[in-house]
Amino acid sequence: MKTPLTFALAGNPNAGKTTLFNALTGARQHVGNYPGVTVERKSGIHTLPDGTNCNIVDLPGTYSLTAYSIEEVVARDFLVQERPDVVINIVDASNLERNLYLTIQLMELGVPLIIALNMMDVAHDRGIEIDPERLSALLGVPVVPIVARGGRGISNLMAEAHRLGQDTAVWRPLRVSYGEDLDSMLLQMEKVIEEHDLLTDTYSPRWLAMKYLENDSQIREKGARTSRQAATLLEGMAAEATRHHQVTLGTLPEALIADQRYGFIKSVLRQGVLSLRHDPDRLYTTDRIDQVLTNRLLGPVIMLAILFGLYTFTFTYSELPVAWLEGFFGWMGDLAEAALPDGPLKSLIISGIIDGVGGVLGFVPLIMFMFFGIAVLEDSGYLARVAFMMDRVFHTFGLHGSSVMAYIVSGGIAGGCAVPGVMATRTLKSRRERLATLLTVSFMNCGAKLPVLALLTAVFFAGRQAMVMFLLTLLAWAVAMVVAKIYRLTVLKGPSTPFVMELPPYRFPTLRGLLIHTWERTWHYIKKAGTVILAISVILWAMMTYPGLPDQEEAEFAAQRESARSEYFASEDELAQRLGAIDRREAERSLELSLAGRIGRSLEGISRLAGFDWRTNIALVGGFAAKEVVISTLGTAYSLGEVGPEASESLATTLANDPAWNPVKALAMMVFVMFYAPCFVTVVCIAREAGSWKWGALAMGFNTVFAFAMAVLIYQVGMFLGLG
Amino acid sequence: MARVVLRRMAKNQRGVIAVVKVGGELGQRIREMGLVPGTRITVQGRAPLNDPVALRVMGGTLTLRNNEADYIEVEIQEEQR
Repeated sequence: MKTPLTFALAGNPNAGKTTLFNALTGARQHVGNYPGVTVERKSGIHTLPDGTNCNIVDLPGTYSLTAYSIEEVVARDFLVQERPDVVINIVDASNLERNLYLTIQLMELGVPLIIALNMMDVAHDRGIEIDPERLSALLGVPVVPIVARGGRGISNLMAEAHRLGQDTAVWRPLRVSYGEDLDSMLLQMEKVIEEHDLLTDTYSPRWLAMKYLENDSQIREKGARTSRQAATLLEGMAAEATRHHQVTLGTLPEALIADQRYGFIKSVLRQGVLSLRHDPDRLYTTDRIDQVLTNRLLGPVIMLAILFGLYTFTFTYSELPVAWLEGFFGWMGDLAEAALPDGPLKSLIISGIIDGVGGVLGFVPLIMFMFFGIAVLEDSGYLARVAFMMDRVFHTFGLHGSSVMAYIVSGGIAGGCAVPGVMATRTLKSRRERLATLLTVSFMNCGAKLPVLALLTAVFFAGRQAMVMFLLTLLAWAVAMVVAKIYRLTVLKGPSTPFVMELPPYRFPTLRGLLIHTWERTWHYIKKAGTVILAISVILWAMMTYPGLPDQEEAEFAAQRESARSEYFASEDELAQRLGAIDRREAERSLELSLAGRIGRSLEGISRLAGFDWRTNIALVGGFAAKEVVISTLGTAYSLGEVGPEASESLATTLANDPAWNPVKALAMMVFVMFYAPCFVTVVCIAREAGSWKWGALAMGFNTVFAFAMAVLIYQVGMFLGLG
Repeated sequence: MARVVLRRMAKNQRGVIAVVKVGGELGQRIREMGLVPGTRITVQGRAPLNDPVALRVMGGTLTLRNNEADYIEVEIQEEQR
């Protein structure tokens, strides 16, 4: 029994790698993460013509194999450590010169390579004629023309890969000439490497030497750990080469290496591989579309319309499935209500588990619709244009043009949701910008904060509601941007990731690609976040329930009910009302004595600074489960029983008549609700997406302190000015 | 033929890259996209707020920020029509 062959797919972003991967593996895919990093690891199974299965690993799309980005490190570590039998390098034929830059680096690494020359049809339409045989002869690598989207040439490609994979693969690194000076330096360095046997079981000596000249941080670290002596020698030689080149040529060895690689590519293409029928600057459909879509005046207007469309699509069309799910879990709750005897088990099942599972799955339609919408924008090529147009603004705050999507989805247009918003940051490739976005999207006014804001504005700012809500939306944007900047100047300090980026040609997304994209990301959410969310939901339930009433008080409430029943009432209704009032007082007292209640009480000393009493505190603790819970918990704390977010008249009346409440306190409360710890579902997603719980903890801690400071400021200044 | 910094180039102006004066990650990112000495470029346009700039390079479109374009010097080609 032979072990199945492993083929790795490597290529530039936008070269059609994902399309080929989907065509090869279909539904037999597995998406995970590379250990310790947040880069997606996609693998799948493909059946070869002879009936045997092989593994296909889709490496992250990159332009190089340097150590500057995690994607590149992941890709090259995979190649040297797991040594796939064949590397299929997918190359965009309509952009051959640039795509071959990665090919050269793969060849220098020495992997067994086959080139899949994709988009031959597009190249032909653009007047680019390529001679695959000539290219193959000059590079010494098999070249198979394919059209991944139409599925043409794929069986040829796999047959060729299969053949290549059966040879016992000996790695034969390509040796490109980098000019006399560098070549002789490389030879000297290779000697040192061979003498010390430095990492030669993993890398070829020449490749290592080159990485020393390129200042590659990962290789230098590895080298220093293996043999300090050899590393010091090599670093000295690299420094010498750098100095020499700077003095004589005014350039750096790394620059020279890149230039020479392109020189090599140009010389290959000039030897009858490539011929152009048209002027390369000729305008194609894509450029015509861009003349409108990235036009100075029209561009931003159309972009706003498209983003608004995405938003409407996500939140409107997901309403129905969300309602179905809510209905289903409500029905499950009723079922459990009827079937189980009263007691803590029943409460755990209904309020802890069913609500918890419902909470996890309730977000699924939202996430699916959002990912579908984003997949359309991404696969069509429009997302890159959004980044292009918005970068100037977002770059000022240490963010990236692509950040705008995540903010909009999170509630940049009031009423979004931070959970899909956090997930939307996946479209950001640069780590620092991505984290700064991740940590600040929850400041936006999501759909769950709206009922709280709506209630308080209705009671305390009657007649000016629209104005107040609009100002609060602007405030959310301002705070998110400023805090992002603060993060980028402190914990996420560092230069911005370069914006050197491709604007890929517009393409019609394929339905199959969209569905696979959407499903795999949604499934990732259910699997990764789901379990944690369920656990926390149960913990929160316990905090709001235990330790419960002491026996003596419980007996008192029972006695009150007993005496109420023995009294005379004019009607059944009146008795029910009386009993209901007792139930509500019991619920209030039980909440007050619960762990959450005790926390609320004990924080009262501090929270008074912002005007919050213990009832408000409990509600805010409850809001960690989901922001709209603030209202229902406040209802319970005021002995009003269950108050739904949509039917809160009784709470509104209570607050309006309560002398402890005034517009200043209401404003302080609204600002606090907007900016304090995100709900725990968001926190879990932040931790998952950022790759570490410390980021989730930071979002909770920093946001709460920040929100409290703002609330205190508003309350103290407001009360001082006598606005209360 | 005049040599100017890429930032100063006007829309639709053409030229050949003369030198890229930066190393490290930015230098790598600029070069891996094919912006190396000898490559022909055309300025395709600028974003609504004048930054970043879009270039036509080897049949594709690339973008980069103005402060990144500052490191690239270009030999301008006179308009020949």
